[in-house]
Amino acid sequence: MDTTITLKVDGERHELTVDTRTTLLDALRDGLGVYSPKKGCDHGQCGACTVLLAGRRVLACLALAVAHDGAEVTTAAGLGRGDELHPVARAFLDHDGFQCGYCTPGQICSAVGMLAEAEREWPSHVTEDLEAPVEMDEAEIRERMSGNICRCGAYPGIVGAIGEVLR
Amino acid sequence: MIPFVYSRPGDAAEAVEAVAGDPGATFLAGGTNLVDHMKLGIASPTALVDVREVVDDAVEELPGGGVRIGAGTTNSELAAHPLVRRRYPLLSSALLAGASGQLRNMATTGGNLLQRTRCVYFQDVTTPCNKREPGSGCSALEGHGRDNAVLGASERCVATHPSDMAVAMLALDAEVRVLGPSGERRVPLADFHRLPGAEPERDTVLEHGELITAVDLPAPQEGARSTYRKVRERASYAFALVSVAALVSVRGGQIADTRIAFGGVAHAPWRARRAEEVLRGRPVTETAFRVAAEAEFAEARTGRDNAFKVPLAINTCAAVLRSLTEVNG
Repeated sequence: MDTTITLKVDGERHELTVDTRTTLLDALRDGLGVYSPKKGCDHGQCGACTVLLAGRRVLACLALAVAHDGAEVTTAAGLGRGDELHPVARAFLDHDGFQCGYCTPGQICSAVGMLAEAEREWPSHVTEDLEAPVEMDEAEIRERMSGNICRCGAYPGIVGAIGEVLR
Repeated sequence: MIPFVYSRPGDAAEAVEAVAGDPGATFLAGGTNLVDHMKLGIASPTALVDVREVVDDAVEELPGGGVRIGAGTTNSELAAHPLVRRRYPLLSSALLAGASGQLRNMATTGGNLLQRTRCVYFQDVTTPCNKREPGSGCSALEGHGRDNAVLGASERCVATHPSDMAVAMLALDAEVRVLGPSGERRVPLADFHRLPGAEPERDTVLEHGELITAVDLPAPQEGARSTYRKVRERASYAFALVSVAALVSVRGGQIADTRIAFGGVAHAPWRARRAEEVLRGRPVTETAFRVAAEAEFAEARTGRDNAFKVPLAINTCAAVLRSLTEVNG
């Protein structure tokens, strides 16, 4: 059942017609040709499809496009300004935070969303004192990034990259 | 996935009417469980009624010291809310032990209570499962049984409830507010989830068309210490093998009051009333902790693969009680 929706993706407004069954991920990739978010498991288990929805990190594979009519979506490709890379993307390059690169756009979006959550003093599973200011150490980074799987095992580089952004 | 009609009702009553009047309709909130089930063929609704804009997403103080959690509050907002962190830290801990940052940003309070089992056979439409297809049989009884329930199961279903949040809410004596075609009702969380019995396809006492609008938590117990401990096979992003939510108040070296709930052991979050009864009025000793936990699991039934859950649950419960009653801990 077709519905016409609008999405603002990486600053650009698009109108597109989708079947109600279309996920946000398929609408971005197949509907709009925005290939930065990746389809990994397609079941919300790997994090490769992570995008920012109004600034919050979410899984585009479990979101229905029709339920996000009018939404503002930022993908990893839309984080930088022109040729200037976003600091998180720059740090991934500097720290070898990837090997094959398939999970990387999701990792970067997740890291950007996660850093904003930490900025808002959101605690995590490893935060000892739920009422004290959050101190972002390696354990915090690892816990908060646990929803993004990297099959190449580039985790030390990913943790290093995020740690540098935090410094 | 079969085609479906998507709608956004104007208010909660309209949402209830839309679902109650259509046997093929279902509510959509965060979608983290439902959309996946639609992809897998576990759920095949012909109409989705999006309730994200018609249920409250605020956490408010109630007169008397409790709080009301709007059913649309996301797991991440709830875990981070200052009132929850201060008054009900075990609820924050339970939420933060569940899923991933992305999923917590999508999943809602109402949806979390309604999430379905992660039993591998329930999720695999090529195998018999009484919960997914009533009368087809239970594959988990003879198959991979590591996740199976040890308390309250039936010969029809040995699935476990996967929520962390609900286990903490159960220990907190939460009450679920529900809107249905004939008005509002309140259901204590302790009566909300069902044991499988002869109808494992029914996870909760909700009727078709009833919508969770909020969860109320009573005022926190003065002087009680509390925690949530989850045991799982990875350090993060995994369902519980066993989890324990507990609150304990100690006066004069005796346990004045305690409330304990288990996750990962039954078809529903499991309130440990027997263990609580054993502990009340007893001196704080390791023996008391163990006797209480053992009493709770006295009637546990285990299979080939899940016998480990009983000692794991008893040991975890005793460890939690020890940590909550240490003088300087």
